[in-house]
Amino acid sequence: MRTALAILRKDLLLERRTLETIPAMAMLAVVTFIIFHFGLNQNQVSGQLAAGVLTITLLFAAMLGINRLFVAEREQGGFDAFLLAPVDRTAMLIAKATALFLYLVVLELVALPAFALFLAPPHLGSSLPGVLLILLLSDIAFAVIGTFVSAIAVHTRARDLIGPVIGLPLLLPALIATARGIGPLLTQHASGSPPAKWLAVLALYDLFNALLAYAVFDFLLEE
Amino acid sequence: MTTHVRHLRGLTIATAVMLTVSLALVFFYAPLDAEQGFIQKIFYIHVPLAIVSLVGFTLGGAFAVAYLRTGNRVWDMRSYCVIHMSLIFSVGGLLAGSIWAKASWGHWWVWSEPTLVSYLIVILLFCTYQPLRFSIEDPERQSRYAAVFAIVCGAFVPINFIVVRLSTQFLHPRVLNLEGGNLPNSMKLAFYTSLLAIALLFATLMRYEMAAKETRIETRRLRRRLLGDDALRPLGRSAAPQ
Repeated sequence: MRTALAILRKDLLLERRTLETIPAMAMLAVVTFIIFHFGLNQNQVSGQLAAGVLTITLLFAAMLGINRLFVAEREQGGFDAFLLAPVDRTAMLIAKATALFLYLVVLELVALPAFALFLAPPHLGSSLPGVLLILLLSDIAFAVIGTFVSAIAVHTRARDLIGPVIGLPLLLPALIATARGIGPLLTQHASGSPPAKWLAVLALYDLFNALLAYAVFDFLLEE
Repeated sequence: MTTHVRHLRGLTIATAVMLTVSLALVFFYAPLDAEQGFIQKIFYIHVPLAIVSLVGFTLGGAFAVAYLRTGNRVWDMRSYCVIHMSLIFSVGGLLAGSIWAKASWGHWWVWSEPTLVSYLIVILLFCTYQPLRFSIEDPERQSRYAAVFAIVCGAFVPINFIVVRLSTQFLHPRVLNLEGGNLPNSMKLAFYTSLLAIALLFATLMRYEMAAKETRIETRRLRRRLLGDDALRPLGRSAAPQ
């Protein structure tokens, strides 16, 4: 646990000093909302359309973070140093997934206000707790799968291509649950509480992925 | 002789016989469907292809577990071949399903049919298996990463089916469902025979692929022993274990 905290602290410090990932993710999200405004030619979106726009934008912004997650380790020999150290390798998974989760939370702190400003979905204010709950659950799925995918992709030749290509199908169940869970919250007659079915699906998918990643992650760090 | 060449002839003959029998049953024994008529016969090809390929994908994950546990390259080869073959079968299954959907529902693609959609997602996921292998140069690392990927994807297959099924508001009225068992006995017989035949076809083709790959590796080894290292062209990059 201490190792995981050390790596996490290193990552956050690096991000705070270089500001490489999070600003790019936030920028991409904001620009994507504007593109959606023009692409759909609508000043206001609601219901399932709004949920889809939000989910897709967050997904693409998350992809940027996922692609860059292990780049520093790869380029500066962090992997070798980590393998030399007598520590549990799961620490790397926990630290990286937590870092990605935090990036995503920061991203949403920027993206949700921008979404409300540019695309004015109805009832976003009143159903905000439900939306946030679903987004948090989907962030866990994104963080775990993203870490796994990134750890595979970083050792390939075309890592910027392999990451999204593997990641998107693996993330699809989480995307379905997120979009369908948020959809009813943003309709004109929203009740305000998220559908329990999709919360359960997201939570189970998180659990499933966490266990799976825990089981196989060690093999990705061998030399 | 390596293990995969043994029994190959017997298996091939059994497959040919089984395929003939199943086609005969499908076309001459099983009755015409009351609603759909002759086009329903594609069901006997499409559903076994789909089932066999999905089992194959899951099996690829299981072989990958064996590879990671034992470190024996033959399991990596098996995992690779079974996924490769499943991909071919699944594309066939998808095409057959599309034809059937056009004939019975009037559309080439139907989003409200959860089985179809989840099947597509699984295929898309496994389509990345070979590009992934191809983009990792070190053979040992290639095998290990491919195994990890195959395990995750194999476990993903059932989960994906559950989630996609939940996302469909209304289930399409199922003309023929296996769970309900509303298939008359003569159709059941034809169906299970074709399932067996397709499964045998899968096993045979996979064994041929394994045998071909092993023979190539063996030839290379022998050439090196007889003619020395200079006689061999260097190995190119490859997605397949070599």
